[in-house]
Amino acid sequence: MADDKNSPEDPQRRDFILNSATGVVAGAGVLTACWPFISSMNPSSDVLSKSTTEASLKGIRPGESKTVEWQGKPVFLVRRTEKQIAAMEGDGEGKDPQADADRVQNPDWLVVVGICTHLGCVPSRKKEGWMCPCHGSVYDNSGRVLSGPAPTNLELPPYEFVSADKIIIGRAKS
Amino acid sequence: MKKVVGWIDQRFPLTAFIKHELTEYPTPRNLSYWWNFGSLAGVVLVIQIISGIFLAMHYKADAALAFDSVEHIMRDVNYGWLIRFMHSTGATAFFAVIFIHMARTLYYGSYRAPREIMWWTGQLLLLLLMATAFMGYLLPWGQMSYWGAQVITSLFGAVPFLGDELVIWLRGDFTVGDATLTRFFALHYLLPFIIVGAVLIHLVALHQVRSSNPSGINLADKDNIPFHPYFTVKDLFGLCVFLTVYSYFVFYNPNLFIEADNYIPANPMQTPVHIVPEWYFLPFYAILRAVPDLLGGVVAMGISVMIFAAMPFLDRSKIPGGARYRPFYRVMFYLFLLDVLVLGYVGANPPEGYLVPLGQVATFFYFGAFVLLPFGSKMEEKWLRERGLPPEIVALMEGEEAQKQDRRKKKERRKGGVVSDDE
Repeated sequence: MADDKNSPEDPQRRDFILNSATGVVAGAGVLTACWPFISSMNPSSDVLSKSTTEASLKGIRPGESKTVEWQGKPVFLVRRTEKQIAAMEGDGEGKDPQADADRVQNPDWLVVVGICTHLGCVPSRKKEGWMCPCHGSVYDNSGRVLSGPAPTNLELPPYEFVSADKIIIGRAKS
Repeated sequence: MKKVVGWIDQRFPLTAFIKHELTEYPTPRNLSYWWNFGSLAGVVLVIQIISGIFLAMHYKADAALAFDSVEHIMRDVNYGWLIRFMHSTGATAFFAVIFIHMARTLYYGSYRAPREIMWWTGQLLLLLLMATAFMGYLLPWGQMSYWGAQVITSLFGAVPFLGDELVIWLRGDFTVGDATLTRFFALHYLLPFIIVGAVLIHLVALHQVRSSNPSGINLADKDNIPFHPYFTVKDLFGLCVFLTVYSYFVFYNPNLFIEADNYIPANPMQTPVHIVPEWYFLPFYAILRAVPDLLGGVVAMGISVMIFAAMPFLDRSKIPGGARYRPFYRVMFYLFLLDVLVLGYVGANPPEGYLVPLGQVATFFYFGAFVLLPFGSKMEEKWLRERGLPPEIVALMEGEEAQKQDRRKKKERRKGGVVSDDE
């Protein structure tokens, strides 16, 4: 009997190959059929087409900020004062240290996505940065996390200065 | 009439079914009112499905129209206010009834063998209920709706590697938007019917193992009485009491469970100063916030809901009757209840001052209870046996043992009979 199991003529062995081959083909078919449905839940092309926003920086005085919408998300535009820029030099004191120079294209202007990296609330503006009302994360004037549950600094959107007082958010600097 | 029933019975086991599941279904005669909440949950499910279908006839699942369509239901649709408040109050009632139903199961040890599958289908029902409630809460498209959905969908961002893509896939947009609203509506309409299916499985399991009872053992046949009319009447009485309380909230205090901020249309540019989930999620929300790490918090919250499924393994005591005959377990049960209330209080308030350490301590005790249980239950049993079990438990356990013996003998006799026939 033991010999039969190893012989190619063993019907059980043929069954196994047939069954597993059928299973693999059927499984692949089911997965392929599922894909359009799974994919349909991703952002549609009209959502994707809202990928850039033009924002005017006119009328924002030093120390003031403005919120614009980009891909449905708030983006904070902050015109920092000399004092604030000086205070932000270096890597910051938070858990995600990063040089301020790496976070801005022009030190006068800080452009960050206004969504707390913890659970997606919009932080409220404070003099020294932001405080998230949901779970108390605190960010400085470079958008770096100082304390609270947020794991990383505020995200930097890709943007480009097209003139001194106009930027396009969503298009990387060329 | 008799002819019609006879005609049906030849083709479908109608009379047999009613006899087996209702008029002759044996139910322990010592059930207390704590055993009313399963059927109450069934009634609330029906209320939610009916009111929900009628709301869907007037609601518009579109980010630009949703908020106004709910106000249209409240102001213009005939009795729209009533149907809407029945549905919103019904959500609260559903969780209240389910939490009491779970607490009863935990107190009397009804999750133990042979009722594990009942307990696990119950756990599945709890998850489905939570998902349905969460998705339904987005539909009015108010500020709390919006930011609640924003925070909870963000939780999936904690998944390693795939997190960001997963969140965008779930939302169908970069933030909670029109695509999110439409899919939540579709799923909110679908899930209740899946719940109905899971309830049927729950009931089939129930009719296999029969109701547990406060004594914690399977009663002898003489201690069971037919479900109908004894328990149909008792359940109907309980239903009347429930409907009285429910009606008070629907008619006199419908906004108690609706956050004022949810009467402000959703604004993706501004988070309300203080966002809170609905009351039934507060303890779990407090656990999420108690862990300083995002992934850790999400995992802790998930486990805090799912850990109940492990109860049949964690509780190793053989003493019947749950907390009734087990002083250690009883104390633990009440402390756990208190701990959940503390967590609820912490979850309802901003994470400031003493509430942060309090939430962490309460989270520690929440999980500590489950960790302690396997050892505690074993030690408690040993201690109880050394001290001498009270005569009533001994009688119960002996009675159960005698019943088992009796059943075994009957079985053997039947088997023996078959063998002798063959000869």
